[in-house]
Amino acid sequence: MQKPKNEVKLQLDSRSVNEGYARVAVSAFAAVLDPTVEEINDIRTAVSEAVTNCIVHAYRNGMGKIYIRVRLFDGGKIEVQIRDRGCGIADVQKAREPLFTTLGGDRSGLGFSVMESFCDRVRVRSELGKGTTVTLIKTVKGRDASREP
Amino acid sequence: MQVHIETEDAAAVCYLDGELDHHNAPSVREKIDEYAVGSTPKHIILDFGGVTFMDSSGIGLVMGRYKLLSAANCTLSVRNLSPHAYKVMRLAGLDALVTLQKRGEKGGKQYAKAEK
Ligand SMILES: Nc1ncnc2c1ncn2[C@@H]1O[C@H](COP(=O)(O)OP(=O)(O)OP(=O)(O)O)[C@@H](O)[C@H]1O
Ligand SMILES: [Mg+2]
Repeated sequence: MQKPKNEVKLQLDSRSVNEGYARVAVSAFAAVLDPTVEEINDIRTAVSEAVTNCIVHAYRNGMGKIYIRVRLFDGGKIEVQIRDRGCGIADVQKAREPLFTTLGGDRSGLGFSVMESFCDRVRVRSELGKGTTVTLIKTVKGRDASREP
Repeated sequence: MQVHIETEDAAAVCYLDGELDHHNAPSVREKIDEYAVGSTPKHIILDFGGVTFMDSSGIGLVMGRYKLLSAANCTLSVRNLSPHAYKVMRLAGLDALVTLQKRGEKGGKQYAKAEK
Protein backbone atom coordinates (compact mmCIF):
# COMPACT_ATOMS: atom_id res chain seq x y z
CA MET A 1 0.00 0.00 0.00
CA GLN A 2 1.48 3.26 -1.18
CA LYS A 3 1.72 6.04 1.40
CA PRO A 4 0.14 9.38 0.47
CA LYS A 5 2.39 12.42 0.25
CA ASN A 6 -0.38 14.72 1.29
CA GLU A 7 -4.00 14.43 2.34
CA VAL A 8 -6.93 16.75 2.91
CA LYS A 9 -10.47 16.11 4.13
CA LEU A 10 -13.56 18.19 3.57
CA GLN A 11 -17.09 17.90 4.84
CA LEU A 12 -19.88 19.64 2.99
CA ASP A 13 -23.62 20.05 3.38
CA SER A 14 -25.50 18.55 0.46
CA ARG A 15 -26.50 21.94 -0.93
CA SER A 16 -26.09 22.39 -4.66
CA VAL A 17 -24.15 25.62 -4.14
CA ASN A 18 -21.36 23.46 -2.67
CA GLU A 19 -20.78 21.67 -6.00
CA GLY A 20 -18.65 24.57 -7.16
CA TYR A 21 -16.85 24.79 -3.85
CA ALA A 22 -15.94 21.07 -3.93
CA ARG A 23 -14.49 21.45 -7.44
CA VAL A 24 -12.43 24.47 -6.51
CA ALA A 25 -11.12 22.89 -3.31
CA VAL A 26 -10.04 19.65 -4.96
CA SER A 27 -8.43 21.37 -7.94
CA ALA A 28 -6.57 23.81 -5.67
CA PHE A 29 -5.18 20.86 -3.70
CA ALA A 30 -4.17 19.09 -6.92
CA ALA A 31 -2.42 22.19 -8.28
CA VAL A 32 0.90 21.10 -6.76
CA LEU A 33 0.97 18.28 -9.35
CA ASP A 34 1.20 20.98 -12.02
CA PRO A 35 -1.60 19.46 -14.12
CA THR A 36 -2.38 20.58 -17.65
CA VAL A 37 -5.59 22.54 -18.22
CA GLU A 38 -7.14 19.37 -19.62
CA GLU A 39 -6.13 17.27 -16.63
CA ILE A 40 -7.46 19.79 -14.12
CA ASN A 41 -10.73 20.01 -16.04
CA ASP A 42 -11.01 16.22 -16.04
CA ILE A 43 -10.60 16.14 -12.26
CA ARG A 44 -13.00 19.02 -11.65
CA THR A 45 -15.62 17.41 -13.84
CA ALA A 46 -15.36 13.96 -12.27
CA VAL A 47 -15.59 15.49 -8.78
CA SER A 48 -18.58 17.55 -9.86
CA GLU A 49 -20.37 14.40 -11.06
CA ALA A 50 -19.78 12.49 -7.84
CA VAL A 51 -20.75 15.40 -5.57
CA THR A 52 -23.86 16.17 -7.62
CA ASN A 53 -24.91 12.53 -7.34
CA CYS A 54 -24.73 12.78 -3.53
CA ILE A 55 -27.02 15.82 -3.64
CA VAL A 56 -29.56 14.70 -6.24
CA HIS A 57 -29.65 10.96 -5.51
CA ALA A 58 -28.18 10.00 -2.14
CA TYR A 59 -29.87 12.79 -0.21
CA ARG A 60 -32.82 13.34 -2.50
CA ASN A 61 -35.18 13.39 0.48
CA GLY A 62 -33.32 15.92 2.56
CA MET A 63 -29.98 17.30 3.69
CA GLY A 64 -26.95 15.26 4.53
CA LYS A 65 -23.19 15.47 4.74
CA ILE A 66 -20.77 14.80 1.92
CA TYR A 67 -17.30 13.65 2.92
CA ILE A 68 -14.41 14.22 0.56
CA ARG A 69 -10.88 12.94 1.06
CA VAL A 70 -8.15 13.86 -1.40
CA ARG A 71 -4.78 12.14 -1.35
CA LEU A 72 -1.71 12.76 -3.43
CA PHE A 73 0.86 10.07 -4.11
CA ASP A 74 4.28 9.99 -5.73
CA GLY A 75 4.33 9.97 -9.51
CA GLY A 76 1.45 12.44 -9.90
CA LYS A 77 -1.28 10.13 -8.69
CA ILE A 78 -4.35 11.70 -7.15
CA GLU A 79 -7.16 9.87 -5.40
CA VAL A 80 -10.44 11.59 -4.57
CA GLN A 81 -12.93 9.78 -2.39
CA ILE A 82 -16.49 11.12 -2.24
CA ARG A 83 -18.69 9.53 0.38
CA ASP A 84 -22.29 9.96 1.47
CA ARG A 85 -24.55 8.37 4.06
CA GLY A 86 -27.56 8.50 1.78
CA CYS A 87 -29.92 5.96 0.22
CA GLY A 88 -27.29 3.77 -1.44
CA ILE A 89 -27.43 2.14 -4.88
CA ALA A 90 -29.37 -1.09 -5.39
CA ASP A 91 -27.35 -2.31 -8.37
CA VAL A 92 -24.03 -0.54 -8.87
CA GLN A 93 -23.20 -2.29 -12.13
CA LYS A 94 -26.50 -1.17 -13.62
CA ALA A 95 -26.10 2.35 -12.24
CA ARG A 96 -22.75 2.64 -14.03
CA GLU A 97 -24.21 1.77 -17.42
CA PRO A 98 -24.34 4.72 -19.83
CA LEU A 99 -27.75 6.44 -19.92
CA PHE A 100 -29.02 4.65 -16.83
CA THR A 101 -30.80 7.11 -14.56
CA THR A 102 -33.43 6.87 -11.88
CA LEU A 103 -34.33 10.54 -12.16
CA GLY A 104 -35.14 11.50 -15.74
CA GLY A 105 -35.92 15.16 -16.41
CA ASP A 106 -32.71 16.79 -17.55
CA ARG A 107 -30.49 14.09 -16.02
CA SER A 108 -28.81 12.19 -18.82
CA GLY A 109 -27.54 9.16 -16.91
CA LEU A 110 -24.00 9.88 -18.03
CA GLY A 111 -22.41 10.95 -14.74
CA PHE A 112 -20.58 7.67 -14.20
CA SER A 113 -19.55 7.54 -17.87
CA VAL A 114 -18.00 10.99 -17.51
CA MET A 115 -16.14 9.93 -14.35
CA GLU A 116 -14.88 6.76 -16.02
CA SER A 117 -13.71 8.46 -19.16
CA PHE A 118 -11.97 11.34 -17.33
CA CYS A 119 -10.23 9.22 -14.67
CA ASP A 120 -7.98 6.17 -14.83
CA ARG A 121 -10.11 4.23 -12.37
CA VAL A 122 -13.46 4.68 -10.65
CA ARG A 123 -14.37 2.51 -7.68
CA VAL A 124 -17.92 2.44 -6.32
CA ARG A 125 -18.94 0.86 -3.04
CA SER A 126 -22.54 1.13 -1.98
CA GLU A 127 -24.96 -0.33 0.48
CA LEU A 128 -28.71 0.29 0.40
CA GLY A 129 -29.79 2.52 3.26
CA LYS A 130 -26.18 3.10 4.32
CA GLY A 131 -24.56 5.18 1.61
CA THR A 132 -22.12 5.25 -1.26
CA THR A 133 -18.40 5.78 -1.65
CA VAL A 134 -16.98 6.75 -5.03
CA THR A 135 -13.21 6.74 -5.45
CA LEU A 136 -11.67 8.52 -8.42
CA ILE A 137 -8.06 7.77 -9.32
CA LYS A 138 -6.00 9.58 -11.88
CA THR A 139 -2.32 9.94 -12.62
CA VAL A 140 -1.50 13.43 -13.74
CA LYS A 141 1.35 13.71 -16.23
CA GLY A 142 1.60 17.42 -15.69
CA ARG A 143 2.60 20.33 -17.88
CA ASP A 144 6.19 19.19 -17.71
CA ALA A 145 5.48 15.87 -19.39
CA SER A 146 9.18 15.01 -19.41
CA ARG A 147 9.04 14.65 -15.63
CA GLU A 148 10.14 11.25 -14.30
CA PRO A 149 7.15 9.02 -13.56
CA MET B 1 -24.67 31.79 -14.31
CA GLN B 2 -25.83 34.50 -16.71
CA VAL B 3 -27.84 34.07 -19.91
CA HIS B 4 -28.68 36.78 -22.35
CA ILE B 5 -30.53 36.28 -25.57
CA GLU B 6 -30.08 38.25 -28.79
CA THR B 7 -31.46 37.76 -32.24
CA GLU B 8 -29.06 37.21 -35.10
CA ASP B 9 -30.72 36.97 -38.52
CA ALA B 10 -33.43 34.30 -38.16
CA ALA B 11 -31.85 32.81 -35.06
CA ALA B 12 -31.97 33.52 -31.36
CA VAL B 13 -28.53 33.35 -29.78
CA CYS B 14 -28.36 32.46 -26.08
CA TYR B 15 -25.06 33.61 -24.59
CA LEU B 16 -24.19 31.50 -21.55
CA ASP B 17 -21.75 32.86 -19.02
CA GLY B 18 -20.26 31.03 -16.03
CA GLU B 19 -20.19 27.47 -14.71
CA LEU B 20 -22.78 25.08 -16.10
CA ASP B 21 -23.45 22.54 -13.37
CA HIS B 22 -26.48 21.09 -11.58
CA HIS B 23 -26.71 24.16 -9.34
CA ASN B 24 -26.84 26.60 -12.24
CA ALA B 25 -28.59 24.61 -14.97
CA PRO B 26 -32.23 25.19 -13.87
CA SER B 27 -32.12 28.98 -14.27
CA VAL B 28 -30.49 28.64 -17.70
CA ARG B 29 -33.09 26.11 -18.78
CA GLU B 30 -35.96 28.30 -17.61
CA LYS B 31 -34.66 31.33 -19.48
CA ILE B 32 -34.18 29.45 -22.75
CA ASP B 33 -37.50 27.62 -22.55
CA GLU B 34 -39.40 30.75 -21.66
CA TYR B 35 -37.91 32.51 -24.67
CA ALA B 36 -38.55 29.55 -26.99
CA VAL B 37 -42.19 29.34 -25.97
CA GLY B 38 -42.78 33.10 -26.09
CA SER B 39 -40.93 34.00 -29.29
CA THR B 40 -41.06 30.72 -31.25
CA PRO B 41 -37.78 31.29 -33.15
CA LYS B 42 -36.81 29.03 -36.09
CA HIS B 43 -33.28 28.49 -34.81
CA ILE B 44 -31.70 28.64 -31.43
CA ILE B 45 -27.95 28.88 -31.00
CA LEU B 46 -26.41 28.22 -27.62
CA ASP B 47 -23.19 30.23 -27.42
CA PHE B 48 -20.80 28.63 -24.92
CA GLY B 49 -18.11 31.31 -25.32
CA GLY B 50 -18.47 32.37 -21.70
CA VAL B 51 -18.84 28.90 -20.18
CA THR B 52 -15.91 28.23 -17.86
CA PHE B 53 -17.00 24.79 -16.64
CA MET B 54 -19.41 22.09 -17.72
CA ASP B 55 -20.35 18.63 -16.46
CA SER B 56 -23.15 16.21 -17.38
CA SER B 57 -25.68 18.87 -16.41
CA GLY B 58 -24.67 20.60 -19.64
CA ILE B 59 -25.39 17.38 -21.55
CA GLY B 60 -28.82 17.27 -19.94
CA LEU B 61 -29.44 20.90 -20.81
CA VAL B 62 -28.58 20.49 -24.49
CA MET B 63 -30.34 17.13 -24.80
CA GLY B 64 -33.45 18.51 -23.12
CA ARG B 65 -33.54 21.62 -25.34
CA TYR B 66 -32.99 19.43 -28.41
CA LYS B 67 -36.06 17.35 -27.61
CA LEU B 68 -38.21 20.33 -26.73
CA LEU B 69 -37.18 22.43 -29.72
CA SER B 70 -37.31 19.72 -32.36
CA ALA B 71 -40.88 19.03 -31.27
CA ALA B 72 -41.55 22.72 -31.95
CA ASN B 73 -39.80 22.64 -35.36
CA CYS B 74 -36.95 24.78 -34.12
CA THR B 75 -33.38 23.76 -34.87
CA LEU B 76 -30.65 23.88 -32.26
CA SER B 77 -26.92 24.34 -32.54
CA VAL B 78 -24.12 24.91 -30.08
CA ARG B 79 -21.12 27.10 -30.75
CA ASN B 80 -17.93 28.45 -29.17
CA LEU B 81 -17.33 25.31 -27.13
CA SER B 82 -14.15 25.10 -25.07
CA PRO B 83 -12.09 21.97 -25.76
CA HIS B 84 -13.38 20.61 -22.46
CA ALA B 85 -17.08 21.27 -23.09
CA TYR B 86 -16.67 19.82 -26.58
CA LYS B 87 -15.13 16.67 -25.13
CA VAL B 88 -18.02 16.23 -22.68
CA MET B 89 -20.63 16.71 -25.42
CA ARG B 90 -18.87 14.31 -27.77
CA LEU B 91 -18.79 11.73 -25.02
CA ALA B 92 -22.57 12.00 -24.83
CA GLY B 93 -22.90 11.63 -28.60
CA LEU B 94 -24.55 15.02 -28.88
CA ASP B 95 -22.68 15.63 -32.14
CA ALA B 96 -25.10 13.19 -33.75
CA LEU B 97 -28.07 15.37 -32.79
CA VAL B 98 -26.92 18.96 -32.95
CA THR B 99 -24.18 20.89 -34.72
CA LEU B 100 -21.31 21.42 -32.31
CA GLN B 101 -18.80 24.12 -33.07
CA LYS B 102 -15.58 24.60 -31.14
CA ARG B 103 -14.08 27.94 -30.20
CA GLY B 104 -12.10 29.42 -33.05
CA GLU B 105 -13.86 27.26 -35.62
CA LYS B 106 -15.29 29.07 -38.61
CA GLY B 107 -18.92 29.30 -39.60
CA GLY B 108 -21.53 31.31 -37.75
CA LYS B 109 -24.51 29.95 -39.67
CA GLN B 110 -24.05 26.33 -38.78
CA TYR B 111 -27.66 25.98 -37.72
CA ALA B 112 -28.59 26.00 -41.41
CA LYS B 113 -27.08 22.55 -41.73
CA ALA B 114 -29.78 21.09 -39.53
CA GLU B 115 -32.56 22.46 -41.72
CA LYS B 116 -34.60 19.96 -43.64
N1 LIG C 1 -24.37 8.73 -4.45
C1 LIG C 1 -25.43 8.07 -4.95
N2 LIG C 1 -26.42 7.63 -4.12
C2 LIG C 1 -27.50 6.96 -4.61
N3 LIG C 1 -27.67 6.69 -5.91
C3 LIG C 1 -26.74 7.09 -6.79
C4 LIG C 1 -25.57 7.81 -6.36
N4 LIG C 1 -24.81 8.06 -7.45
C5 LIG C 1 -25.47 7.55 -8.50
N5 LIG C 1 -26.63 6.96 -8.13
C6 LIG C 1 -27.57 6.22 -9.01
O1 LIG C 1 -26.89 5.90 -10.21
C7 LIG C 1 -27.59 6.42 -11.35
C8 LIG C 1 -26.61 6.81 -12.43
O2 LIG C 1 -25.79 7.91 -12.02
P1 LIG C 1 -25.18 8.88 -13.12
O3 LIG C 1 -24.44 9.97 -12.43
O4 LIG C 1 -24.44 8.05 -14.11
O5 LIG C 1 -26.47 9.45 -13.87
P2 LIG C 1 -27.53 10.53 -13.34
O6 LIG C 1 -27.01 11.21 -12.12
O7 LIG C 1 -28.85 9.85 -13.21
O8 LIG C 1 -27.56 11.57 -14.54
P3 LIG C 1 -26.42 12.67 -14.88
O9 LIG C 1 -25.26 12.43 -13.96
O10 LIG C 1 -26.07 12.43 -16.30
O11 LIG C 1 -27.05 13.97 -14.66
C9 LIG C 1 -28.42 7.56 -10.79
O12 LIG C 1 -29.56 7.83 -11.58
C10 LIG C 1 -28.79 7.04 -9.40
O13 LIG C 1 -29.87 6.15 -9.46
MG1 LIG D 1 -25.11 12.00 -12.00
